[in-house]
Amino acid sequence: MKRVTIIDYGAGNVASVKYALARMGVEAELTSDSDVILNAEKVIFPGVGHAAAAMQALQSKGLDLVIPRLKCPVLGICLGMQLMCNHTEEGEVDGLGIFSEKVLRFNKGIKVPHMGWNTIFKISAPLFDAVSEHSSVYFVHSYYVPLSENTVAASYYGSAFSAALQKDNFDAVQFHPEKSGAVGAQILQNFIDL
Amino acid sequence: MDVMNGRTVKGVNFLNLRDAGDPVELAARYALEGADELVFLDITATHEKRKTLAKLASSVAQAINIPFTVGGGVASVEDALVLLHSGADKVSVNSAAVRRPELISELAARFGSQCVVLAVDARQKENGWEVYLNGGRIATGIELFTWVGEAVDRGAGEILFTSMDHDGTRNGFANEALLEMSQRFTVPLIASGGAGKMEHFADAFIKGKADAALAAGIFHYGEVAIPDLKQYLFNQKIPVRIS
Repeated sequence: MKRVTIIDYGAGNVASVKYALARMGVEAELTSDSDVILNAEKVIFPGVGHAAAAMQALQSKGLDLVIPRLKCPVLGICLGMQLMCNHTEEGEVDGLGIFSEKVLRFNKGIKVPHMGWNTIFKISAPLFDAVSEHSSVYFVHSYYVPLSENTVAASYYGSAFSAALQKDNFDAVQFHPEKSGAVGAQILQNFIDL
Repeated sequence: MDVMNGRTVKGVNFLNLRDAGDPVELAARYALEGADELVFLDITATHEKRKTLAKLASSVAQAINIPFTVGGGVASVEDALVLLHSGADKVSVNSAAVRRPELISELAARFGSQCVVLAVDARQKENGWEVYLNGGRIATGIELFTWVGEAVDRGAGEILFTSMDHDGTRNGFANEALLEMSQRFTVPLIASGGAGKMEHFADAFIKGKADAALAAGIFHYGEVAIPDLKQYLFNQKIPVRIS
């Protein structure tokens, strides 16, 4: 059985990610232990909630130092992806700096949070193998990462933004694959198979 | 779906309840068929309810891979916390929020508006729409749009509006009230009560400008199949997810 380590640092609901993996026959371990995480085969970095509080939780466990140093495949989800960036306007805090992007708040004039099913396009990464252009995935977020050289999937809400980022061994998705039906399950399976 | 003592039930205007199956099995089937979100409302009237609802949320979260909302008796931050930790994506509040509107503010501050759904049941009177509690049995004297406005101001992130006049009739949704609500408030609006055929869903989106439409009975008893419905809406040029 393949093993996945889910970083559990008290930021939001990680049960759904664990259940999604269980449906695929993958055993997941929840931990905030930096030793365990450094020796993991695959790491999922989820997150729901406020960026500043989440960064503080990471720092209190030394995880802000550990995560950027991981050499195994890492998948950031939602706030996890935003914290992997250089800086976020949410609480004006610095992130882990894995991606050099800045996380911005959605402009006024559109409903925030961006919540619900939306399509992804311009997809280009092994994480999206067997996923079609314009597939629908489930989003819940008030801040976004603009398009950049690391963008491997885009979506559109008011303007085009990064639905996924990729650099070296780090993958990250703004949407929730664990809530995105068959498409999301395929993306998680692709991550397991990386 | 309405859940009572761990079983899905369905009745007309919340009366004459019939058993409609196991909620987790139904949830798995609907997720597979292409439902975009599921809503579970526990209408059990016992003290055991709190525990059974958390157990249901956990079982559903393990079984399905789409978002779902759980409600029925949520009256405090602690009630909501248990459900969200069990795997629910959102909680809905109804009677407890009417009695103590601060509940909405507390939930929004603790979990964010995206987690907080205001469920509201109403009936049309001579002078307008009136909010009802307990599945349409208890009148409140509160005007619908005033209440929804306050709830949105307090941080409700979504409105699940059920017209008790339409619920169970299968004659279509309350499109005029939906239109007024969608024009007055900027949060997503879910139409509920009255779905009988596929055209009713198109009406809720086109005439009522609803963001989503909810139905139960016609799906439970197989009168409308979700894949057919979504294909129909797609053909009507209504944006839907076709998987």
